[in-house]
Order: sequence, then C-alpha cells, then structure tokens
Amino acid sequence: MKRDAWQDLALGAVLLAVAACLPWFGGSYWLSIGVTIAMYTVLATSWALFSGPTHYISLATAAFFGIGTYTTGLGIDHLPYWVLLPIAGVLGAVLAGLVGLATLRLSGVYFVIFTLGLAELVRQIITWVQNFSGQKGLYVLTDITEADIYWQLLGLAGLVFLGGWAIGRSRLGFALRIIGDDETVARHSGINTARAKVILFMVPGAVAAIAGAILAPRYVYIEPLLAFTPMLSFQVVIMALLGGTGRLWGPLVGVIPFTFLWEAISASFPNQTTLLLGLCFLLIVYLLPKGFVGLIESVRRWARNREGYA
Amino acid sequence: MRAPNAVLSLRGVTRRFGGLVAVNDMSFDVTEHEVMGLIGPNGSGKSTTLNLISGALAPNAGTISLRGTPISQLPAQDIARKGVARTFQLVRLLPSMTVLDNVKAGAVFGHRRRWGAEADDHAMAMLEKVGLGRHAFAVPSQLTYIDTKRVELARVLASDPKILLLDEWLAGLNPTELGQGIDLIRALREEGRTIILVEHVMDAIRSLCDACVVMASGSKIAEGTPEAVLSDPEVIRAYLGDDDA
Ligand SMILES: Nc1ncnc2c1ncn2[C@@H]1O[C@H](COP(=O)(O)OP(=O)(O)OP(=O)(O)O)[C@@H](O)[C@H]1O
Ligand SMILES: [Mg+2]
Repeated sequence: MKRDAWQDLALGAVLLAVAACLPWFGGSYWLSIGVTIAMYTVLATSWALFSGPTHYISLATAAFFGIGTYTTGLGIDHLPYWVLLPIAGVLGAVLAGLVGLATLRLSGVYFVIFTLGLAELVRQIITWVQNFSGQKGLYVLTDITEADIYWQLLGLAGLVFLGGWAIGRSRLGFALRIIGDDETVARHSGINTARAKVILFMVPGAVAAIAGAILAPRYVYIEPLLAFTPMLSFQVVIMALLGGTGRLWGPLVGVIPFTFLWEAISASFPNQTTLLLGLCFLLIVYLLPKGFVGLIESVRRWARNREGYA
Repeated sequence: MRAPNAVLSLRGVTRRFGGLVAVNDMSFDVTEHEVMGLIGPNGSGKSTTLNLISGALAPNAGTISLRGTPISQLPAQDIARKGVARTFQLVRLLPSMTVLDNVKAGAVFGHRRRWGAEADDHAMAMLEKVGLGRHAFAVPSQLTYIDTKRVELARVLASDPKILLLDEWLAGLNPTELGQGIDLIRALREEGRTIILVEHVMDAIRSLCDACVVMASGSKIAEGTPEAVLSDPEVIRAYLGDDDA
C-alpha cells in the first residue's frame, strides 16, 4: 500500500515533466489551451481538496482569484513580481480563513450563498474605490511570456497535487473524511470540526489567489468584471464535479474535456455561453453524480465481478 | 457532597425543549469502575441525559463535572478528548470507510491520540476484542446489525475513554446476539471500566449493573442497587403506566 503512494508521486512528477515540454513543441494555440487547462486544473483540484470531503460547495473561487489578480495589478510597479505571488497567497488564505470562521459553523446552504455573495461584494468594493480614483481598470505591463505563465501554473499545480497527497495521508485528511461521512461522529470522536474545515478552506483560497496573480500579466488590462467574473466560480465547480472529487486526480479528468467543450461552445455560440453552462451543470449532476471517477470505478468493479464469475 | 471517587457528577442538570422539560434537575454520581444503569420508560429523558454529558446538547441549568472539572459548557469534541466516549441509540458508523478506519477514528482523535502504525494496531486490537477482527476491511453496509453495534463499541473503546456511555447498546438484538452482547459488556465490566448503561433489557440491568438511576418524565425517581430500585413501588408504577412494561 505504501509503495503505491510513492508510485503515484513518481508518476505525477513524470507527467508534470512531460507537460512542461509543451511550449517547445506546441504552437501558440496549443500553448494557450495549455494555460487554460493548467489554470483550471489548479483551481478545480484545490477546490475539490476542500469541497470533496466536506461536501460544502464553495462559489468563492472568483473572489480569491480576483484578489490575486489585483495584487499583481496594484503591486507590479512597486514590488518585484516574485514577491507578489506569496502576498496574493497570504491574502487569499486570510480571506478564506475569515469567511470560514464566519460561515463554516452554519449549514451548507448558507455557505454556498455567502461564498457567491463574497465575490460580488469584493468586486463592488473595488469598483467603488476605483470610481473615487477615477480609473476603470489597471494596466499590467510586463515582459512575462505566455510560456512563463504556463510553467508557473504547472509549478503551482505540482504544489497543489503534492499538498493534496500529503493532506490525504495526514490526520487532517483523515479528520475530513470522517467529517464528510458524519459530522456528529467526528465531533464525538474528538475532532475540532470547525477548525479542520477552516484550515482546509484556506488552501483553495490561497491557491486561487496565487493563480490570479500569475495570470494577471496575461490579461494586460484588468478590471473588476474580468477579475471577479462569477462564471469562473461556476466553471470550477462544474469541472471538479464532472471529474469527480473522490480522487485527487478526479478534477483533472473533468478539466481537460471541459476545456475543449468550452472552447467549442464559446466559438460557436458566443451569446449563449451562460445558458449552455447551466445545461452542462444539470446534465453532469443527473448523469454523472460521482463524475468520471465514479464512472471509472463502477466500470472497474463491474469488470472485476465479471472476472470473478467467469 | 460529591462522592470522593466520583468520575462523573451531575448536579441539578436541566434541559428544556420549548415547553418540555426533558431532563429535570438530575443529580447523580458515577464512581470509578462502576457500571451504572440509567433506566426509565420511553421518552423519560435517558438519551437526552447522555447527550448532555457527551456535549451533543448543552444544559439549561446545572453542572456536569468529570473528576471535579466542569465540562458542561464544553463542545462535544473537547469532552471526547477528556475521555468521555459514547455510542448512539441509532448506530452511527462512517459509511464510506472500512470497519478498521471506523475504529481508527477513535484511536486517532480520542482521549489518547495515536497515528500511523500505532493507530492501526490499536484499532485492530479493539476490533479483535469485540470479535470483529476478520471484518476489518469490510464496509459497514456489509455487516449484520449486531456487528455494526460492535464496530461502534470498538470505536469508543479505541479512544481509551475514562467513561463509556452506551445508549441502548443491546436493543434490537435477537436472543442469541443478546447473550453475546451481555457477555461483551460483562467483559468490559471485568476490566474495571466505568460505564453508564442506558437499557430497557432488565436481565442485562440485573446482571451487569452495580447501581441504577431510574428516570420518569425527566426526573430521577429512584436510585440504588438494581434489586432495590426494580422492586420500588414508584418505579413499578412508572413502568406499568407505560406500554413498555
Ligand atoms: N432534540 C430534541 N428536540 C425536541 N425534543 C426532544 C429532543 N430530544 C428529545 N426530545 C424529547 O425529550 C423527551 C426525552 O427524550 P429522550 O430521547 O431523552 O428519551 P429516552 O428516555 O431516551 O427514550 P427512549 O427510551 O425512547 O430512547 C422526549 O419527549 C423527546 O421527544
Ligand atoms: Mg433514548
């Protein structure tokens, strides 16, 4: 059992190294798809680290992402770029911690609504502040290339997978599985459920903010509606659920097909994207409640049983 | 006032649900190595009393103390870590986890905290103790009813509790299983564990308990040895006034 875990780690490292070669072999179209996939992998995987075991649906991704984008936007002229990423991470983690303390004691429904409102709230505050200063947005002018962004996102993805792997083997990960199954049992077994959830919620908060900070140079000009787009939060949820949250690699399996699907949708039906997004969501929830992971596992189980009877 | 070697003491503990007083001014002590029966007709407040002790609910009045330290305002997880472990009247297992991991929950986060191989070994030892070693890698949905109760008991034991609260652990067992269940609790008693046993099975009360507290409509109506309380006219009246007699 132990060897399996180390094998997974080695396999992950090899895949990451292969993915890192894309900028040398793919053209600019494939590189841009690569950036999108890397970004959603980072966001959906870190989202699932929290929402998978706890079953709390967070719609706050856009809030954290936007905070990261603005960290780069506001800081790029004053601080070295590499300092901005950890600052964004800390800001995202702190905001997530505060939101967690305020809402995670409540039931899941309040949490969903609160996180959705959060992104909107932060966006309104920034718009309001900008109205004072008379600007509409911020220019982020750097010599950071698309390939640089891609490699940074891959590096972040590596950290997220490593973190998820480590959490899965830790007491915190075990505590979260128990909380996900039965919170009453968790509390009566001696688990501080509120603390475990808040700590874990800080992970996607920090990761989404760092991802936003990395991507800011790609947008060149950032404004609140772009940085805090609620669509992002929903896309992340859909991709993670499509892949399945039961395994660390689950969201990745959702991100890749969804990215291509999304490319096709936005190219063919640019005015109906939101409608089609909603439709995808319904289809996934009805047809694949446990995502591709669940599907793969039931196929495996079925194959094993057949072997057993043969 | 408190018995000198009391592990757990309740003083004037009261809990209301709206207008209903589910537990009314309860006071009793549980001493070390004692098996105390908490009995009474349906709806008399036994489970609520356990919920107050384990921290699932907070009392409206009164204090509960563990070896003299008040615990009545603590959240359930802190009470569990101080060494109070319970089973639930409706068995609660972790459905997505193996039997071994269910038991490990107690070993990892309970009164004494373990991790890694130590936690695995300890959980396995507790499973053996309740007679379930061979089902360690089953999932709860594959178990018979008595075996789910055994898993829950093993989880509780795995946390090295100072006091065990068993809420109708013997309920719903068939006659053969009942015999096995009583033997299992007797074995715990012989190890010198401190237990509060909520039970309707009178044979079990007679053969397992050192002392009994009888509740009716939320209040304590009798206290003493099982023989004494079960022949107390007021207790008989409380039970006969109920379909469950
Ligand atoms: N959470 C709750 N909210 C409202 N009323 C409750 C709650 N829990 C218990 N009660 C009420 O409190 C009274 C005592 O219930 P309790 O479960 O403690 O009884 P019990 O002695 O354990 O009964 P049984 O032998 O049937 O398990 C009952 O009238 C019950 O309906
Ligand atoms: Mg009860």
